[in-house]
Amino acid sequence: MALPKRIIKETERLMAEPVQGISAIPHEENLRHFDVVIFGPSQSPYEGGVFKAELFLPEDYPMAPPKVRFLTKIYHPNIDRLGRICLDVLKSNWSPALQIRTILLSIQALLGAPNPDDPLANDVAQQWKEDQNKAIATAKEWTEKYAKP
Amino acid sequence: MDSDDEFNSSQVSEDEFMQDSDVDLVDDDSDFDMDQDDVGFETQDKDIKPSKQAYEVDFKVFDPEQIQQTQDKQITDVSAILGQPPEATAILLRHLRWNKERLIDKYMEDQDGILESAGLGESATHNPPKIIRVKGFVCDICCEDGPELDTFAMKCGHRFCVGCYRQYLYTKIKDEGEAARIRCPGDGCNRVVDSKSLDLLVAEDLRDRYQELLTRTYVDDKENLRWCPAPNCVYAVECGVKDKELKRIVPTVHCECGHYFCFGCSLNDHQPAPCALVKKWLKKCEDDSETANWISANTKECPKCHSTIEKNGGCNHMTCRKCRHEFCWMCMGVWSEHGTSWYNCNRYEEKSGSEARDAQAKSRQSLERYLHYYNRYANHEQSAKLDKDIYLKTEKKMQQLQNTTGMSWIEVQFLDTASQALQQCRQTLKWTYAFAYYLARNNLTEIFEDNQKDLEMAVENLSEMFEKPIDQLKGLKVDMMDKTAYCNKRRIILLNDTAENLKQGNWEFNVSMS
Ligand SMILES: [Zn+2]
Ligand SMILES: [Zn+2]
Ligand SMILES: [Zn+2]
Ligand SMILES: [Zn+2]
Ligand SMILES: [Zn+2]
Ligand SMILES: [Zn+2]
Repeated sequence: MALPKRIIKETERLMAEPVQGISAIPHEENLRHFDVVIFGPSQSPYEGGVFKAELFLPEDYPMAPPKVRFLTKIYHPNIDRLGRICLDVLKSNWSPALQIRTILLSIQALLGAPNPDDPLANDVAQQWKEDQNKAIATAKEWTEKYAKP
Repeated sequence: MDSDDEFNSSQVSEDEFMQDSDVDLVDDDSDFDMDQDDVGFETQDKDIKPSKQAYEVDFKVFDPEQIQQTQDKQITDVSAILGQPPEATAILLRHLRWNKERLIDKYMEDQDGILESAGLGESATHNPPKIIRVKGFVCDICCEDGPELDTFAMKCGHRFCVGCYRQYLYTKIKDEGEAARIRCPGDGCNRVVDSKSLDLLVAEDLRDRYQELLTRTYVDDKENLRWCPAPNCVYAVECGVKDKELKRIVPTVHCECGHYFCFGCSLNDHQPAPCALVKKWLKKCEDDSETANWISANTKECPKCHSTIEKNGGCNHMTCRKCRHEFCWMCMGVWSEHGTSWYNCNRYEEKSGSEARDAQAKSRQSLERYLHYYNRYANHEQSAKLDKDIYLKTEKKMQQLQNTTGMSWIEVQFLDTASQALQQCRQTLKWTYAFAYYLARNNLTEIFEDNQKDLEMAVENLSEMFEKPIDQLKGLKVDMMDKTAYCNKRRIILLNDTAENLKQGNWEFNVSMS
């Protein structure tokens, strides 16, 4: 099936004007499948980490949101063991006017501002609420261990 | 949409309507709020049905036509108050989630504001939504452009091509089942797509679905109305029990389709356990299912000769085929002790303190305690299924019997009645174990356990009869009818006791109810 104009335009723009701290490169054999790299935002426990993720544009994109999943292990209350992300714009607040670039920026912002009150990984959220300093230390440890190239 | 069609299509004359049911829907401005004060407990003795039991709540079942009629009635009433045409009133009511009082207040406070936010403002009247072409426009959704491209935007100015707008609405209506509060496709825009815009954009083939969804919002938005959760059921049930009352009452309602469900949480009937405990229990069972399954899978052997025993009926009185040992499937105890004062199959005996001193022992004890209740809970669930299977087999045989002996259909109905009683009693018993798990001991728990035990024995006695050979069943008719009546009686006694004490806050639970 031919790729919709929207996806072609978005991909072109992602290549021509990449977003700071993020890269998204489509697979050659499937242009709806992107290899994503997100750099941990500074001043966050993920600083210095390089996080790999995959992004997939479903058949009904942009009516339906893209599917995004972290591949690098990460200690975060809104990201679970399988790398799935709890983020409103990927679910109920998705708008077809949003784009891959805006979504990736939102994910990067989520790394900078974890939200333990809307958890996906319950155990992590619990620890985050009970002892934030310890949770941040663990997040740093994991970044060091799993997200350093 | 054509307002005349919308409001007349399902109109039934008032007389006809009143005959069909004894509901007071068309009563002046009552709009479903059938004296809600009467639904509480204090007044139940002196009102309406004298036969009402302590565990029963008042409710009414509505069919789709009645729902439509009530809705139309309310629209007509509010329309008269606001001096707005019915079509606009319907939009306003849906916009404010059918909260009539809030709508009237808001309308009095700021008429223009509310009309504007519902998409009915001045601008909409003088400047109705329309499809236009815009020079140099590029659609943010499909990235198409060109002078031929039809576009649409609401007052918020988020403009997209008509194709994308339509597809967006299609997704919302068809896939997500939204209708009354679809938001603008623009990122972060909270403007609701008003009905005039929808009329302009929604394709013919979606109109019916859209109308249906609009009707559904009426029930969805009303706190005292709920759809029956049975698959394909079209009825809604009205009940005055409020969320905050759910700690004190378990509101089981009975739909016209035959389904018993909880008005508080829409799950299958779970009396006597309150909704909050049911939620906790189901969560716990889910979390612990591996442990529990392991245990129940490993207890299926004869306690005496250890040969594997398969359970093929609902009855828990087991007889080992090999050694003829008779035992209870639930507690694996000797059956002869059941039904005597020794019987303690339902009660969990707490170990004395000295045995459970260290943490490991404590955690083992807490697992044991959980398994005690879980096994009984799961067992009644399973037994209810097996009872049903065996009944279906019996039913087939009874049909043959009817054909060969000339017994009438009426004469075999006692089996059907007995089977239904078994199902219902096992459902209740099942939940008594979840209830008991969270119950802290006080002077009332013993009475509860006795009631539970009595019901359980009655149920096992009846269940056992289903396993009798078919030629004996005929002769057991009177006995079986007696046992059925006794089961029902024990169930009512248990439910009345638990409901009465729940209402008065006499139960103490070992978890918080929130
Ligand atoms: Zn478009
Ligand atoms: Zn908008
Ligand atoms: Zn129903
Ligand atoms: Zn409930
Ligand atoms: Zn045996
Ligand atoms: Zn037993």
